[in-house]
Amino acid sequence: MNSNTPPSTSVAAGSVDPSVARRNSKRPKYSRFTQQELPACKPILTPRWVISAFLLVSIVFIPIGVASLLASHDVVEIVDRYDTACIPDSARNDKVNYIQSPGNKTCTRNITVTKHMKKPIYVYYQLDNFYQNHRRYVKSRSDAQLRSNGSADDVSSCEPEDKSNGQPIVPCGLIAWSLFNDTYDFSRNGQQLSLNKKGISWKSDREHKFGKNVFPRNFQNGSLIGGGSLNDSLPLSEQEDLIVWMRTAALPTFRKLYGKIEDDLQVNDVVMVTLENRYNTYSFNGKKKLVLSTASWLGGKNDFLGIAYLTVGGLCFFLAMVFTVVYLVKPRKLGDPSYLSWNRNSGWH
Amino acid sequence: MAGGGKKKRRHLFKRVHDSSFRQESFQDEHFLIGGPGFSRIVFCNDPDCPDAASLGYGGNYIRSTKYTLASFLPKSMFEQFRRVANVYFLICGLLSFTPLSPYSAASTVVPLVVVIGITMGKEIIEDWRRKKQDIEVNNRKVKVHKGDGVFDYTKWRDLKVGAVVKVEKDEFFPADLLLLSSTYDDGICYVETMNLDGETNLKLKQALQVTLNLTEESSFKDFKAIARCEDPNANLYSFIGSLNIGQENYPLTPQQLLLRDSKLRNTEYVYGVVIFTGHDTKVIQNSTAPPSKRSKIERRVDKIVYLLFAGLVLLSVIGSVFFGIWTSYDIEGGAMTRWYLRPDDTTIYYNPKKAGIAAILHFLTALMLYSYFIPISLYVSIEIVKVLQSVFINQDQEMYHEETDQPARARTSNLNEELGQVDTILSDKTGTLTCNSMEFIKCSVAGIAYGRGVTEVERAIARRKDTPLEEEKGGEVEDLTEAKSSVKGYNFIDERITDGNWVNEARPDLIQKFLRLLAICHTAIPEVDEETGRISYEAESPDEAAFVIAARELGFQFFERTQTSISLHELDTLTGKTVERTYKLLNVLEFSSTRKRMSVIVRNDEGKLLLLTKGADSVMFVRLSRDRNEFVEQTKEHVNEYADGGLRTMVLAYRELNDDEYSEFNEAFTAAKNMVTGERDELIEDVEEKIERDLILLGATAVEDKLQTGVPDCIDKLAQAGIKLWVLTGDKMETAINIGFACSLLRQGMKQIIINSEAPEAKAMEKTEDKSATDAAAKASVLHQIAEAKAFLDESSESPEALALIIDGKSLAYALEDDAKNMFLDLAIGCASVICCRSSPKQKALVTRLVKVRTGGTTLAIGDGANDVGMLQEADIGIGISGYEGMQAVMSSDIAVAQFRFLERLLLVHGHWCYRRISSMICYFFYKNLAFGFTLFYFEAYASFSGQAAYNDWYLSLYNVFFTSLPVIALGVFDQDVSAKLCLRFPLLYQEGVQNVLFSWSRILGWAFNGVVAATCVFFFCVRALETQAFRKGGEVVGFQVLGATMYTCVIWVVNCQMALSINYFTYIQHLFIWGGVIFWYIFLLAYGAMDPDVSTTAYMVFVEACAPAVMFWFVTAFVLVSSLLPYFIYSAIQMRFCPMYHQMIQWIRNDGQSDDPEYCKMVRQRSLRPNTVGFSARFRQSMRFEENSEPTLQFERTEE
Repeated sequence: MNSNTPPSTSVAAGSVDPSVARRNSKRPKYSRFTQQELPACKPILTPRWVISAFLLVSIVFIPIGVASLLASHDVVEIVDRYDTACIPDSARNDKVNYIQSPGNKTCTRNITVTKHMKKPIYVYYQLDNFYQNHRRYVKSRSDAQLRSNGSADDVSSCEPEDKSNGQPIVPCGLIAWSLFNDTYDFSRNGQQLSLNKKGISWKSDREHKFGKNVFPRNFQNGSLIGGGSLNDSLPLSEQEDLIVWMRTAALPTFRKLYGKIEDDLQVNDVVMVTLENRYNTYSFNGKKKLVLSTASWLGGKNDFLGIAYLTVGGLCFFLAMVFTVVYLVKPRKLGDPSYLSWNRNSGWH
Repeated sequence: MAGGGKKKRRHLFKRVHDSSFRQESFQDEHFLIGGPGFSRIVFCNDPDCPDAASLGYGGNYIRSTKYTLASFLPKSMFEQFRRVANVYFLICGLLSFTPLSPYSAASTVVPLVVVIGITMGKEIIEDWRRKKQDIEVNNRKVKVHKGDGVFDYTKWRDLKVGAVVKVEKDEFFPADLLLLSSTYDDGICYVETMNLDGETNLKLKQALQVTLNLTEESSFKDFKAIARCEDPNANLYSFIGSLNIGQENYPLTPQQLLLRDSKLRNTEYVYGVVIFTGHDTKVIQNSTAPPSKRSKIERRVDKIVYLLFAGLVLLSVIGSVFFGIWTSYDIEGGAMTRWYLRPDDTTIYYNPKKAGIAAILHFLTALMLYSYFIPISLYVSIEIVKVLQSVFINQDQEMYHEETDQPARARTSNLNEELGQVDTILSDKTGTLTCNSMEFIKCSVAGIAYGRGVTEVERAIARRKDTPLEEEKGGEVEDLTEAKSSVKGYNFIDERITDGNWVNEARPDLIQKFLRLLAICHTAIPEVDEETGRISYEAESPDEAAFVIAARELGFQFFERTQTSISLHELDTLTGKTVERTYKLLNVLEFSSTRKRMSVIVRNDEGKLLLLTKGADSVMFVRLSRDRNEFVEQTKEHVNEYADGGLRTMVLAYRELNDDEYSEFNEAFTAAKNMVTGERDELIEDVEEKIERDLILLGATAVEDKLQTGVPDCIDKLAQAGIKLWVLTGDKMETAINIGFACSLLRQGMKQIIINSEAPEAKAMEKTEDKSATDAAAKASVLHQIAEAKAFLDESSESPEALALIIDGKSLAYALEDDAKNMFLDLAIGCASVICCRSSPKQKALVTRLVKVRTGGTTLAIGDGANDVGMLQEADIGIGISGYEGMQAVMSSDIAVAQFRFLERLLLVHGHWCYRRISSMICYFFYKNLAFGFTLFYFEAYASFSGQAAYNDWYLSLYNVFFTSLPVIALGVFDQDVSAKLCLRFPLLYQEGVQNVLFSWSRILGWAFNGVVAATCVFFFCVRALETQAFRKGGEVVGFQVLGATMYTCVIWVVNCQMALSINYFTYIQHLFIWGGVIFWYIFLLAYGAMDPDVSTTAYMVFVEACAPAVMFWFVTAFVLVSSLLPYFIYSAIQMRFCPMYHQMIQWIRNDGQSDDPEYCKMVRQRSLRPNTVGFSARFRQSMRFEENSEPTLQFERTEE
């Protein structure tokens, strides 16, 4: 673009610059900001810093690792896989058919407690190869419908489990439809172990996501029955199995809380589990496991974090040593920067 | 007139003295009027008549804005979606409204809208600035004839074609005007066209004879005329039209046209008729948008984006194939496997029976899901960063020039980082390296040399010889510089001459004639300051001004010029008083580059006719009278001395004419001038030739073309930084070589390869043979010279730094032809310095292009004048010198600085920083997006590639826009590896940019790899640690929501801490942004989680209820953070210590403190100084090595044929 502003100076040869008055008018103002001189720390990785950092990490990590590992070891966990065991030998060739056919599928499992288990003992079921995180599955629910009675018709996202016989299904969608429905009963020495099924779901779910006045309606009424059915007289907010189930798992192998045994279990106690094996994981070769576990301050049994902390802490300690030695043995090279890559193919002459 | 042909156009000035021969008759193209292209009709002084209205010429309103209110949206949208990445995101945005989308539509569209909105906001701001400028210009006021001889002020924008305006002194012309009359009787006026062509000298315009009498406002009462002329066009130097007054038609020429944006000078006021308004004016027709340039880094960014896009497609394909296979297994043998997905009753997207189609559709979903590989905010972030960077450039006090009140000005912010990669600088000489202010410094009169000033060149030579001259005279020189600063263009110190002392010299008569000649023989125009009475001069070239000024200072004050006379105040030798003398100016024999001299013929008070001549030594000495000259030898000696000192020399001589001789000449001269044939010029030259003979030598002058301050230092630094400097100048070879020495581009130890087509034989041939043969021969000669030089270069390849190539314009023309240019370039690259003299603007641009295209390096062109525009636009970066020569170069430059020496800071500091910032910023961008994107991909593998994102929609979309964007911008704006001081102290650091080590593919891929490593750590450690077991005391297990929030927290931590690790410069701003980003994430999580579950969906209460109370969550975050950063940390600890890059070495030095390890410091610095190419430090080393050597100059002249 052309300039329409007059140039600031005219340089008539021989004349002294007349613009004394205007002098400095365009001089940039000084500030540490504009002159890029802000106070700053300029950290570089000096040996001291590097070694301190490694040592710091190892000092922090090793105790955490030990604590985590101890916590994990304190936890007693008993896992019992029953998907195959609970199918009569005769039906093992066609498990899918067995599970889909009607009839009594009660099955009894005896679990021996290997270590003292303090209450509360959490009962989980663990499914395997079950993609609760599949996009079609995850999306197939209607949060609005779950929350309030008025939104029962809000089933657009629930296809194909949206309506049955022209009526909306409450709760709609694949997640609810495929509700896990194996049940477990525990007894010790012939004595019923009470199972607390309250408070196994997230509080916020019970209070805000599942309505107190929303009742199951038209559920599992379709041509194809998925999983379990619901008690039509209980509001959704009290159907904790459903609430737990509907908090979808992130990974294809997952556990979900079934209940809590509010009793200590002693070593060598034999817990008899009477279970109804109804849920079909056989179609997709999924395993089913029953898990009894205590929990520490860090949660359930998993050594990974402890080991990982220890490994990294140890590695850092090792590196701190190595760097110390190397820095001592081999001080910084003097004199020869010829290894600079761009000195080799020197572009200038 | 000066021997150095400067860029000035002379034809307008010529008319100063031609006016008496002006013919008011129609000729050449005037018959075209009325025909196509020449159809404009202007009803003068009657802009509102119905005929004029029917023509519908536009108003004088100017719009330079890019958009209007209406066109803004479509136009800027179009601009935005020319970027591939934006189109991709637009498509994603559109697709997100379909069921294909893995996330909600709003979460895709919002970031896109934000990003586009910011860019558009920038456009609006820029356009608003232009708008304000427009408003200012459009509302300027000018006096317009309102009828009945009344003039009143009107806004420029309301001006109509045909209106009569009155423009006063020092005002700009509001439109293209037809000059009617001025305060001068003969209707002339002086015009400054600096804004048009950058020329500072005044141009003379003259009204038609017929309108001269319109000098009163009242005389316009009844004035009516019709002008017919050409249609609007962009040619500044042509105008064809005719003016119809009454029954008569008068031809109009450019002489009568006053162009918009030029300024009235030295004239009280003029009257004119508006011919072209607004966008029809020549200056606006001429304005073309400068070519938009993109930096190399940005082009590479495009490539990386394509690469990422390819990666994205690859991952999507992988995902789709697996998805297809998985889906097809959903029904096996008629039975559903994953019955909970209801594969029997499904949409097309999941249909196992049509798994192929499902896979293809899934591909689109995957493209959207993995869009986080492509940083949506990259371009907008880069733009923000660059704008801020250029603010820093503009605000740098070190690049502010006190005298001209000019700060540096980055006109485009596109090229900041390119400044850090310059490989070759192509520089103009005059006005760039030199001040273009000539100083009269020495003279030789009657065989005696006067003047004690020491030139820059002499100082340089002294330095080169390592004689104590510099030390001895250093202080004195400084004093002199200060003392003389009062008079610009004059640096003459010699008590024998000054203050009238010359009358006591041996030959006062000759000195008087000498000075008088200086005062008379020129084409300058005096300008008297009314308040102080001081006289300044408007001259065509600065060296001519220097002569007049010198004459004034020495007592011969030229103070008035009319068409026919020149008046001086001069010292009368007899009375010792100042008297006024007027010389009748009879003829001016023009300067031309072939004549290399100019003369005037005047009649003095006593009636004597004098021919006064000045010219280049080569043409003057042969024209001297053989018998009447005494001092020829001494003068020749002095002239050579001066030339050695880098001065421009001029020889002065005179002759008395007798009346007969003169009248004979005048007749022939007038006749020749009135010729209209093509031979006119030749004839004039012949006539002039005849009279300029038998001259009597008076003496010689020497004018210094002053180097700008700091130029040698700057060149030295640039050379140390490994930047090559080519000088492209219009000057003649000798001058160029002198300047080359002065600024250390050449030094004595260098072998000069001179390629020259002006060998005497070639010249002889020019006369005799036909043109094509001459051309062919000349070309063959040039090629031969180049080949020979090349062979020489190859031989002495072990010390290639000792070569300098000097080539003249004609040879350059041949060398630039297709068949020769490769060889020429090979030769030129092999030489340490290259000087092209006598090169035309076009050649400058061609050389620039050649270097740019063939070497692939980044070129920077720097220049100040209109003749450099081509070069500036052609080069990767064009730098304009602002403040001296007008606006043309600045207007077409990318960055304007006031002085050449600022280049040092601009490149070594700002360039380096910007390069470094942008490249680390981009690398980091890819890192953070890969780190994020790959966690998504890994999760897919665990979700049977169904397209479910691991995170909440809003986590996803805010990742680039909020949680990680500010630290990157802070990095791009503030990071400094090395302070400015150290940048300048270790210029070799600059090579990091030239060699592009910070943005090499290995580095980019390294960062990408680091990103993948981080993603792998984050995902697998999170998954393994959280797995299936309870993750807190209450026995709750990790669901989809918790895993997502945990992983995302880890990513935010890792990415921000990686930034903290890799940053070099931690101000409170960095702290604020980096830790603020992390804290903001937690705040967001809190706030978002507290919202209604309908809004927050999976994020509802996830932090408060699930994550925060779980120790596991914090342990996992800490562990993942440390373990993902560990690889990088180990790598950089080792690299920093054991193979530091150059900037890291300097960081070590800074860190250790100089005293700690002086040897190391010295070594690094030595290393920095080693490549000795040009510059005085190289010269110094050279002189240390070969004390006595002076290698012969190699001259590859044409050999005999």
